[in-house]
Amino acid sequence: MEDLGEIVGEFLMESHENLDQIDRDLVDLEQDPNSRDLISRIFRAIHTIKGTSGFLAFGRLETLAHAGESLLSKLRDGVMPVTPQTITTLLATIDGVRSLLAEIEANGNEGDVDVESIISAVHAQMQAPLAEEKASAEPSAEAAASNEPEVAPAPLDEQGSRPAPEPVEGQRRPLGEMLVESGAAQPSDVGSALQSQLEGDERKLGTILLEEGKAQPAAVTEALQQQAPKRSVADSAIRVDVDLLDNLMNMVGELVLARNQLVRGVMEVGDSGLVRSAQRLGMITSELQAGIMKTRMQPIDHIWSKLPRVIRDLSASLGKQVQLVMQGKETELDRSLLEAVKDPLTHLVRNAVDHGIEETERRVAAGKSPEGTLTLRAYHEGGHVAVEVADDGAGMDVDRIAQKAVEKGLIRADQVASMDKRDIMAMVFQPGFSTAAKVTNVSGRGVGMDVVKTNIERIGGAVSVDSTLGEGTVWRLNIPLTLAIIQALTVDCGDQRYVVPQVAVLELVFIDGQSTKIEYASGAPVYRLRGKLLPLVRLDGALGLEVGGDQGVYIMVLQADGRRFGLVVDRVLNTEEVVVKALNSRFKDIGLYAGATILGDGKVGLILDVSSLARRSHLAADSKESTVGTSRESKLATNGERLLVTAVGERRVAIPLDTVTRLEEFPRDRIEQAGSREVVQYRGQILPLVRLSHLLGAYTEELEGDTVSVVVYSEGGRSVALVVDRIVDIAENSTTARRDAEEDGLVGTAVIQQRVTELLDVRRAILAADPNFYQDSDDPMLVEA
Amino acid sequence: MASRQFATFEVADQLFGVEVDTVQEVLSYNEYTPVPLAPPAVGGLFNLRGQVIAAVDLRVQLGLPRQSLEGPVMNVILRGDGEPVSLLVDRIGEVVDLDDEAFEPPPDTLGGPTRELVVGTFKLDGRLMLALDVRQAVDTYRATT
Repeated sequence: MEDLGEIVGEFLMESHENLDQIDRDLVDLEQDPNSRDLISRIFRAIHTIKGTSGFLAFGRLETLAHAGESLLSKLRDGVMPVTPQTITTLLATIDGVRSLLAEIEANGNEGDVDVESIISAVHAQMQAPLAEEKASAEPSAEAAASNEPEVAPAPLDEQGSRPAPEPVEGQRRPLGEMLVESGAAQPSDVGSALQSQLEGDERKLGTILLEEGKAQPAAVTEALQQQAPKRSVADSAIRVDVDLLDNLMNMVGELVLARNQLVRGVMEVGDSGLVRSAQRLGMITSELQAGIMKTRMQPIDHIWSKLPRVIRDLSASLGKQVQLVMQGKETELDRSLLEAVKDPLTHLVRNAVDHGIEETERRVAAGKSPEGTLTLRAYHEGGHVAVEVADDGAGMDVDRIAQKAVEKGLIRADQVASMDKRDIMAMVFQPGFSTAAKVTNVSGRGVGMDVVKTNIERIGGAVSVDSTLGEGTVWRLNIPLTLAIIQALTVDCGDQRYVVPQVAVLELVFIDGQSTKIEYASGAPVYRLRGKLLPLVRLDGALGLEVGGDQGVYIMVLQADGRRFGLVVDRVLNTEEVVVKALNSRFKDIGLYAGATILGDGKVGLILDVSSLARRSHLAADSKESTVGTSRESKLATNGERLLVTAVGERRVAIPLDTVTRLEEFPRDRIEQAGSREVVQYRGQILPLVRLSHLLGAYTEELEGDTVSVVVYSEGGRSVALVVDRIVDIAENSTTARRDAEEDGLVGTAVIQQRVTELLDVRRAILAADPNFYQDSDDPMLVEA
Repeated sequence: MASRQFATFEVADQLFGVEVDTVQEVLSYNEYTPVPLAPPAVGGLFNLRGQVIAAVDLRVQLGLPRQSLEGPVMNVILRGDGEPVSLLVDRIGEVVDLDDEAFEPPPDTLGGPTRELVVGTFKLDGRLMLALDVRQAVDTYRATT
């Protein structure tokens, strides 16, 4: 019984794989109806399923597979043409087989899956070939016409998709013949080389040709590789239980630790022979570790390969024409992440076909090609894997989204004007939000996008959308590299080692203090990089460590979020491939770390989040100007500073936008008292509140309404919230009429949008909310100026 | 008579215990990677067979000065919610079988940060063991001020 269970299990696994392949082949066949290769491959796969299910006495499965096989044999023999209808019937058959298999997997028997209706559909199709042909003549002709230009010439295609010829054991093709065939060598040269071999030259044929300059080394190498017996697919890949891999990975981890202990011991003994062996052991261990980790990586193609079928079915049922383009199939992700991304991705694809791409007529009317294009793209970027789903459809109407968001009470009408286009579009990720004019059975019910967002965020990723009305929409998933392998630079700072993703690094500069040096522009460190000033961030400063000297350090020129800046570190060690591990959730709030990794010596190294460093440095630059009270004149002199204008009672108070982390609304009843302070629970933290009205001595009546507007300011792990009556606007700061304020809590007043507006002393306001704000996570970038 | 097994350990000469099934393993480790800007109760990160584990300094959680991380420190690795997390302790004690009868709520005189971390007191031969609230003990965002 046990044995039988194993056989059935193997059959199920194998069949699932076969079915997926059949799905893809059927969709391909529809595009290329004349490919006999595809037909015979599908035929063989179904035949295998039929045979095995007969052997295992799954009668209904056998009957169903048999029906599919019969229909296929008619296609194969050319008795019936390949039409969209036959493909649909065959896909339905495959689905039937799939549900039977699922039933067998769950219950061990075939259950009562309805196969009869599928079988009769198959028979109907076969028994009325003529009628069928007539009925389908039109669409098939159309399909053929539209496909004609794309279909590769038949012989070429045959060659491309033909399975590699089975190598015959022990029988190699002569090298000379291969070289002549590929045009890499002249027959006469090969002939004379062979002749000299006969005359006693013991060199090999390839060597002779090479040494006499009669053939290119690359061509010979290639021919030699081809000559070597190829492994068949069955030999080159085996199935391995994931648990076994995990187990192996853990064991390798133990090995690394043991090696480290050994190496330390050996160093103490000081025997040079032993040291060499230990180093070798170390190297082998590291490679073993890297190798095992790579086994968990799978190309994203694994989940993409199911999508052509999804798109085919969906576009057919909606009467749309959609072409699928896939780029970056080979981008690798950890398999657990792949699993997590699968459903959100499928949802986005379905949504794009359903709502993104327009009906054929509408496309033609809009002057677009009748066939819509859906592009899937995957690539590594800035320590993330980005997966994009782009369509060239109707795009999203920002105004309509804004209007809808206001209707649903997600935002206030007066907020719209101040919102970024992308922020407005991000409203579609809110639960219950759908801009679809009509509800279809695919999407448009307002569930989905929020689920996509939740699922992606659960694995620490992010999702965003960008769209141009009339031109299309791009959905972008940013998936963290949890366990993904990235190229990285290791650097020293203080006495610790950190890891910087290499994608962000543009160049490295060594500062010797003479020919290259760090300069200060009113306290802000800069470096002249080819004549242009590069703002610098000291890593030790950013991490709240003791700030070191300016000599003998390195500047890493980094680029992130479109900003370029220099990161000052003590030493740059080397580049290596590191395996990114998700950081414990308790460190997410710090924001400076993209993850952690295990360094070569077995220690944990923190991976720096370059874009967050860039943001912080930028933020620090602005807040330096607006919060540090020493040089009020200079700080107000910057033009083009963006200000968040709020209303506090009758007064208008402006806050530099760059110091603002978030704008939030809290229900009034969530405000609690802690001692003399008001606090609110926010993201698992206690967020102290300060009412600007109290702080500025503008005692106003408590406003009606259920919520309060707050401006959240976060730095390090700490946050405070400033309560305002209303967010009025975001304005560019013009430096017209302004004067320094005598009043406490303000740094000055200015005329903004024809009204006198007070400029808030943010630092003071924050200290009023939390006197310790700058103490623990003392931010030197704020204080140093 | 119901009894429970506790894994015990010492911090600042006080015996603490957590239920044995919350503990994944106990080990000594000596290389911790500090996490700048993390809450003070985070002692550092270390590599447990390829997994990155955060070590929570129980001393800080109890309102004491930080544990020195020079040289080996004992870790009690708790299963945690999905991700294991470690408690840095001074010494590992035995696993003890305790009757529910030996249990009493924490004494009223126990105050300060310790009070929030402790769910009860067990009377052992000659000494007292404080049973830790595992969830509280590893919560590094707990206000310790």
